[in-house]
Amino acid sequence: MRAAVISFPGSNCDFDMLYALQDFGVDAQIISAKTNDLTNFDAIFLPGGFSYGDYLRTGAIARFSPIMSAVTQAANEGKIIVGICNGFQILTEAGLLPGQLLMNKNPGFICDEVLLTIANPDTAYTNTYNANEKILIPIAHGEGNYYADEATLDQLENNHQVVFRYADNPNGSARDIAGIMNEQGNVFGMMPHPERAVDPITGNIDGQGFFKSILSAILTKVTA
Amino acid sequence: MTKVSKEMSPEQVRDSKIYLDWSLTQEEYELIVATLDRLPNFTETGIFSGMWSEHVSYKKSKPILKKFWSQNERVLQGPGEGAGILDIGDGQAVVFKAESHNHPSFVEPYEGAATGIGGILRDIFSMGAQPIAALDSLRFGELNNPRTRHLVDGIIAGIAGYGNAIGIPTVGGEIAFDDVYAGNPLVNVMAVGLMEKTAMQVGQAKGVGNSVIYVGAKTGRDGINGASFASAEFSSTHESDRSAVQVGDPFLEKLVMDTTLQAVREYADIIVGIQDMGAAGLLSSSSEMASKAGQGMTLNLDLVPQRETNMTPYELMLSESQERMLFVVKRGEEQAIIDLFETNDLDAVIIGEVTDNEQFILEFDGEIVADVPIDFLTHAPKQDLPMAVPARIKELSSKQYLPDMSDLKKTVLSLIAQPTIASKAALFRHFDSMVRADTVIKPGGDAALIRVRGTQKALAMTTDVNARYLYLDPLKGAQMAVAEAARNIVATGALPIGITDGLNFGSPDNPEVYYELDQAVSGINIMAKQLNTPIISGNVSLYNETDGRAIYPTPMIGMVGLLEDVTKATTIDFKNAGDVIYLIGETEASFNGSEIQKMQTGSIGGQLFDIDPTAELKSQRLVLEGIDQKLFASVHDLSEGGLIVSLLESSFAGNLSFQVTTNWLSHYLFSETPSRFLVSVPADKMSYFEELGGQYVTKLGLVTSDDDWQITTATETLAGSRAETKKIYQESISWQLKA
Repeated sequence: MRAAVISFPGSNCDFDMLYALQDFGVDAQIISAKTNDLTNFDAIFLPGGFSYGDYLRTGAIARFSPIMSAVTQAANEGKIIVGICNGFQILTEAGLLPGQLLMNKNPGFICDEVLLTIANPDTAYTNTYNANEKILIPIAHGEGNYYADEATLDQLENNHQVVFRYADNPNGSARDIAGIMNEQGNVFGMMPHPERAVDPITGNIDGQGFFKSILSAILTKVTA
Repeated sequence: MTKVSKEMSPEQVRDSKIYLDWSLTQEEYELIVATLDRLPNFTETGIFSGMWSEHVSYKKSKPILKKFWSQNERVLQGPGEGAGILDIGDGQAVVFKAESHNHPSFVEPYEGAATGIGGILRDIFSMGAQPIAALDSLRFGELNNPRTRHLVDGIIAGIAGYGNAIGIPTVGGEIAFDDVYAGNPLVNVMAVGLMEKTAMQVGQAKGVGNSVIYVGAKTGRDGINGASFASAEFSSTHESDRSAVQVGDPFLEKLVMDTTLQAVREYADIIVGIQDMGAAGLLSSSSEMASKAGQGMTLNLDLVPQRETNMTPYELMLSESQERMLFVVKRGEEQAIIDLFETNDLDAVIIGEVTDNEQFILEFDGEIVADVPIDFLTHAPKQDLPMAVPARIKELSSKQYLPDMSDLKKTVLSLIAQPTIASKAALFRHFDSMVRADTVIKPGGDAALIRVRGTQKALAMTTDVNARYLYLDPLKGAQMAVAEAARNIVATGALPIGITDGLNFGSPDNPEVYYELDQAVSGINIMAKQLNTPIISGNVSLYNETDGRAIYPTPMIGMVGLLEDVTKATTIDFKNAGDVIYLIGETEASFNGSEIQKMQTGSIGGQLFDIDPTAELKSQRLVLEGIDQKLFASVHDLSEGGLIVSLLESSFAGNLSFQVTTNWLSHYLFSETPSRFLVSVPADKMSYFEELGGQYVTKLGLVTSDDDWQITTATETLAGSRAETKKIYQESISWQLKA
């Protein structure tokens, strides 16, 4: 599996994601958002950070980066696209995922470790977890309050596109949503940071299943 | 008419005495006139005021600061550069420094605190090091003051806004509250960086003809002469200093940081020196680089990137616009550096060159607007100031305070709700403490611990000082600050290796304050030598007074420790029911300056209790030995509030209770005798540990899985619900902020 981690100006979790992927033996590399070719990659990761400073609206400028046309093309080709935190915000801004991330219900940045419930265990991101299993994953955001209109939320539920929910909602997200995927299941975004929960030395390995799931999904796809 | 001729003439400068407003003294002005053998013009007067401000020149504190002990086998770079550097083996080095942003944070809390983070990070990466963590040491007035709540909100948001965005984890620090800081909060930030020893950079402008390259943000009118602003006292009637506060842009700083580090990696052979533009901006960075190399420098100010129109030479030189760096690059090789920065959308412009005439020359609009001897400019005349033992100290009673134990339960519950004791998690959770994914021990432990990726090593870091102790006795209090910082480090398993300091004091012109500064430095030295932790960098912030009232002497100690084997990292939380709890160190009646004295009487007083450097080292060595031999399930140091607070904190962190019995009278639970630790030991290692510790350790009881914790003293048994007590401890700060 070859993975690209997109580095936008202002990304600050790009290397965390790179190291996490490398820990799982993935052939991963950092790709600048100023380039526009992702044909050689099986999976594309949009990491956390503050792209372009996020001075306007989170992800609103990053979506116009040259790389985003390649990300859209890769999404259309069915490749796995993962957006974590700011990456999730960029994917919603780019229209690759529905909804929007608003300011936290209680304004202010929160860094914590929170329990997530696996809402759908049959996805490329959760297939090594059990249904309703609870995992502890770090969060670090000021704008993580997921919003979509009721019809969209119903549609997400009916299609089983809600992948992770907060067990104890920290930011006011609609229906406790922490992570969603598109209808095809190949584009995924979440606010929490699984890449910060893979190394035993940092005291939390609950994010390992996320990476193992993606590896297993891609392996299955490649052999199928 | 040329642009500069609109400014005040040299005669007008002399007659209006505008230099007095810029914190130059009459004597200093006269010395400048005599040395130049002419009247300095407006720009020259301005640059002398910036360079000779206490904030830049340390002219008043230097006679004391030069006493700092700053050499041992690890020191690669001591005081005098952007930051100090220590060898940590395997070709790697750790770089760290502290800085204060007290005055700007009071006037404009968000930007003041934000730019404090930005500035200290530049100090680190200008040395060629990747910043890996930041810590904050904050002091506020009491939380029942609405102005304090506004300051807390703004300062916390500012640190979060800048640190989170740039992606350097804020991993620790401490926050305390006392009325003396109500009109003068303290915002000290410490940053730690990691580098390959071969990448070391210095801020020097060697080599005649080499080019001076300006890099990063454009220059605006923010923070003009902020260094002089930081070197004057506040008064409540004078709040119009807002323009002296800079505005930060963490996004730009991240680009500058990443590109600077890339330049160091790829172009080490052509980079001669790097310096960040901090206090006194372009002026101090350029003149100090040249002076340190024994050279002169000529700058053409028309070439300085500007974001405002019609800026004068004075403004260009004294602006403290953020996110700017100065590089000195070999002549003829500049384009590689310029291209690298331009690739990342950053300005990089040649604005001058290194000269051999030892003059600092500024050109602007076709004229020479300043021409002064560079050594004279960068070496303000020292001032040896008078000292006097503060009257309050001479009058202190030798009797120790005797805590009121009429209602022990109520006393304990009140104590853990005190803002200085209660959990600061509600504030710290606004900081991203985990970005970079190397944080092994997060905020809430004794010290933060950051793994060094690719090795077995980790770096522990902390900030600490209890200024109440220094108020009663600056010499002993400063020793206690160093000892306490070292105990924080040791509790993680790391060996303390070095110190940076943030010396926050009142006006040095007051002989009593100058005495406090002198005594504090001596105290830091005594304990630093005892623990082999040289002072390799630091910052001085004087004039922390409002309306003539000085803060407590507050020398913040930032300390770094090295843990060779990260798998041995130890935390404060009780781990298993059945583990045996021990106290390391001896307990005496130590109550003057304590939290319980403050809580019960509303003030502190009496002579400070003692600290014994030998006992301190003994305790620390025992803990390090025990951790190395994997004897401990948990280690927590004892500090404010005494044994009871450490027991409860270990209990809350581990969600386990304790059953403890002591033959002490109840009030000893609150004693703040230094040099003590609380450890829990698995039962199978008990006898080995008791043999190792001998008379120096006292068995207290057991970790339990009960819902209630329990302590029996010589006179009574006290029990409490863990859930209930924990709630008070965790939520007290939030309640008081909302009240």
